[in-house]
Amino acid sequence: MPITTAEVEHVALLARLKLSPGEKAAYTEQLNAILEYMDKLNALDTRDVEPTAHVLPLHNVFRDDVARPGLPRDRALAGAPEASEGQFKVPRVV
Amino acid sequence: MDLHYLTAHELGGLLQHREVSAVEATEALIDRIEALDGRVQAYLTRTAEQALEQARAVDAARARGEEPGPLAGVPMALKDNLCTEGVRTTCASRILGDWVPPYDAAVVRRLKAAGAVILGKLNMDEFAMGSSTENSGFFPTRNPWDLERVPGGSSGGSVAAVAAGEAVYALGSDTGGSIRQPASFCGVVGLKPTYGRVSRYGLVAFASSLDQIGPITRDVTDCALVLGAIAGHDPFDSTAADLPVPDYRAALKPGIKGLKVGVPREYFGAGMEPEVEAVIRRAIAKLEELGAICEETSLPHTEYALPAYYLVAPAEASSNLARYDGVGFGLRVPGRDIIEMYMNTRSQGFGPEVKRRIMLGTYALSSGYYDAYYLKALQVRTLIRRDFETAFTKYDLLATPTSPTVAFRLGERAGDPLAMYLSDLCTIPINMAGLPALSLPCGFSQGLPVGLQLIGKAFDEVTLLQAAYTFEQSTTYHRRRPELGVA
Amino acid sequence: MEYEAVIGLEVHTELKTNSKAFCGCTTAFGGEPNTHVCPVCLGLPGVLPVINRRVVEFGLKTALALNCQVEPFCKFDRKNYYYPDLPKNYQISQYDLPLARKGYLTITVDGQERVIGITRVHMEEDAGKLIHVDGPDGGYSLVDYNRTGVPLLEIVSEPDLRTPAEARAYMEKLKTILQYLDVSDCKMEEGSLRCDANVSVRPRGSQVLGTKTEVKNMNSFRALQRALEYEIERQIAVLEGGGQVQQATMAWDEARGVTYIMRTKEEAQDYRYFPEPDLVPLEIDGDWIEQVRAGLPELPDARCHRLINDYGLPAYDAGVITSSRALADYFDRVVSLYPDAKVVSNWIMGDFLRLLNAAGLEPGSSPVPPEEMAALLQLQKEGTISGKIAKQVLEEMFATGKGARLVVEEKGLVQISDAGALARIVEEVLAANPGVVEDYRNGKDKALGFLVGQVMKATKGKANPGLVNQLLKERL
Repeated sequence: MPITTAEVEHVALLARLKLSPGEKAAYTEQLNAILEYMDKLNALDTRDVEPTAHVLPLHNVFRDDVARPGLPRDRALAGAPEASEGQFKVPRVV
Repeated sequence: MDLHYLTAHELGGLLQHREVSAVEATEALIDRIEALDGRVQAYLTRTAEQALEQARAVDAARARGEEPGPLAGVPMALKDNLCTEGVRTTCASRILGDWVPPYDAAVVRRLKAAGAVILGKLNMDEFAMGSSTENSGFFPTRNPWDLERVPGGSSGGSVAAVAAGEAVYALGSDTGGSIRQPASFCGVVGLKPTYGRVSRYGLVAFASSLDQIGPITRDVTDCALVLGAIAGHDPFDSTAADLPVPDYRAALKPGIKGLKVGVPREYFGAGMEPEVEAVIRRAIAKLEELGAICEETSLPHTEYALPAYYLVAPAEASSNLARYDGVGFGLRVPGRDIIEMYMNTRSQGFGPEVKRRIMLGTYALSSGYYDAYYLKALQVRTLIRRDFETAFTKYDLLATPTSPTVAFRLGERAGDPLAMYLSDLCTIPINMAGLPALSLPCGFSQGLPVGLQLIGKAFDEVTLLQAAYTFEQSTTYHRRRPELGVA
Repeated sequence: MEYEAVIGLEVHTELKTNSKAFCGCTTAFGGEPNTHVCPVCLGLPGVLPVINRRVVEFGLKTALALNCQVEPFCKFDRKNYYYPDLPKNYQISQYDLPLARKGYLTITVDGQERVIGITRVHMEEDAGKLIHVDGPDGGYSLVDYNRTGVPLLEIVSEPDLRTPAEARAYMEKLKTILQYLDVSDCKMEEGSLRCDANVSVRPRGSQVLGTKTEVKNMNSFRALQRALEYEIERQIAVLEGGGQVQQATMAWDEARGVTYIMRTKEEAQDYRYFPEPDLVPLEIDGDWIEQVRAGLPELPDARCHRLINDYGLPAYDAGVITSSRALADYFDRVVSLYPDAKVVSNWIMGDFLRLLNAAGLEPGSSPVPPEEMAALLQLQKEGTISGKIAKQVLEEMFATGKGARLVVEEKGLVQISDAGALARIVEEVLAANPGVVEDYRNGKDKALGFLVGQVMKATKGKANPGLVNQLLKERL
């Protein structure tokens, strides 16, 4: 089932990427080629196979509930493209 | 004496015996970088001043009669996806701008505590996505053995620096082969430890369930030494296993008599250069000659590892890379509203391969496709793990080529993403299974290095290093240096 | 046509741990913006989360108190969406394998007890705070990440609620339980207890669900009830007008008293959940569950029944007293010192709560400790002070924080029970009111009350009223 340009546009919106018309066309073609290659997986019967999300058999790794000092505010904001009144400044939301 | 081509254990010995000072060694490396890096282009950021300061501190400690350890004063460098407090960390991406982390990665903390001298930050494919270092947002790194060829990737800068004598050793990261494939292309030793052996805290994430940090060195002894310095539990990484760390260097004893080595036939498939295959076969014969029992075996789901990987890794990456949005750090390209700001920033900040993988991963996780793609890939991952589990009931190690080819030419595969993905065919299944594997120099083809990949059981890096060490001690490939036209 | 509403609530409660869910930053409320942050909760490149053990323990306590089945295996997932209060642009949450499922709690509305199902309880992290600033070009927003990463429990009810009053009762009961467990401050005004509602209407008797809307931004119990009343009326009006309810997310506007559309189904999010690779799964075995269960406090329903059965309190009294753990603790302490439960209950439900509410205080921070409340009741019982004076003394204790006996002594409020002293005053009153005395002797019983009042007045209310009555009658 080939991926359409409309789907590429929808995925780009979900991923917050602005694509030029050229990129849209290229990604549609490339994603189709890659996904066609992925179809190889359908040759495998995986009905009763557990998925592997973690390769390690680890569980219950915790930290204790102890508060520690974090970053001083100037260091927290040091990398911000824009800051004001000790806060991160962004274009208006809603 | 060429200080820049000494191994860490050789240089460390000279430092410990006060035959060379850390400052002298550091200056030698800085000179070497000055002379060579214009052509190799391994470094993104050089920290000469800081390195000399660290070197002086080590010399001062030794002058006081302290012994800060075998890596103290040895100049090394870091792949630029490892966070360094006060030193910009770019992941070779425009989107990070000149971001300066306010913290050190766990491995950096450990190396600093061991007295490491850090020369700078090394080039890579943007966000570690690539197999040639051509996807760097800044410039491609060259293969020291042939400057017209790629060093491999994504840790191309790390490997090229070590091969060219621009760092005694380096750290890289390996998600699908990013340490081993370039190590193979540049004739050095590269180890991807077991998933969970080394803390990932401070490694800028590409695909969290696959990423692992590892050493890139000029011989196996250094590999053992550096692994010992960076391995172990870390309270800041839930996936860093709380297991004792063996003394890897002390465990290096030659001898592999009776070691059972499986050679999976699926790793010698179509697309393999015959001359590379011949080199690998000779290396396996060498292992037999040294006493190992080698036999052909099968890992039947190998061919499915690559497509499954290219669903799992981009899916995780699409989420890991969502934070590059122009809000808290890094690049911001303004827009009329917040969504436009996000889109402008991300479109201009990320390169084409990163965008391609974000698109692929977002698609694989999106409503209606999750089961068909992402879940399916996780199930296939289970089948791949089981292949290895079965094989390791019979064998102590597996031996394969690291890459089906030698280093390719710059630009040769740049236009065809799928062809580029295929260059990681032999390394990806190991990440999918979380196992340790290393690439070590085992010969040459067309005058270019070829790497032998050894794969071990989970957390059994000792057997892996011992076999590699035994091979290395009876060969000289690791002593060959590229012709770079400088002393 | 008659309609009925179908309501389900999604409640978020901030857990009162010392540190955040996945890093060591403090969870303290307030604080200058961006002073309770570190690389982890700022979502800087390279950081990793590590779960705070107490978050899981608080989650387990809550799950058990809500009669849930704790899952033996659960995991965290990433919920992906872009919003500037979420620095990673994903929230660590739980999707298909939550901490616990299939619980219930009981509510009582208009004397009717109802069991409300709980679908699931899961753990997640809170987002930061956005402030919108008006200005040219649409203004801008400021982001404070102090709250980012504070642990939350999400508690989802079954669509078992039928009226806004039931929804409110459910929410109040949940708050009470969370407070009994001491896992959350439950301050709606500070956002540590929040609630979204899924609402639909259908013809009464129908088994088919109508199209639902999700209502957000209800910041008090009253707002919850008003918003639901409004939204139900709105949906009924749409249906009555021949229209169809549009699936949407609505916001409650407290000032205007209306709900309005925030986003429609077409704009619905695709959260792309997948297992969080940076956190390992949780396995919760029977031993752990039993250990948590053993540490659970007595819960409101059990406590209410105990007050009824052990102390013979009326159900109403028991309900009021156990609606707050602090109040019930106060009650139990007073009763342990002054074992007449009904008297204690009357005082607590009456003057004590009145004074507490007037001062805007919680029972735990009352200036009158339970020991002094018991001392006051003891003084009254001994006859040292009258009931009327006791009320006066309590007010003084509240205002000054002084003990009961001290107030009584300082103010000279000890009841006059000395027959000799009172006899003299009685004589004076009788002498001064010959007409009234005459009236009484002529059969006007009411006149006695006047004479008692005069004695009380003369003693500034300190006279023992029983003794005064007795002395008057003897002389008349």
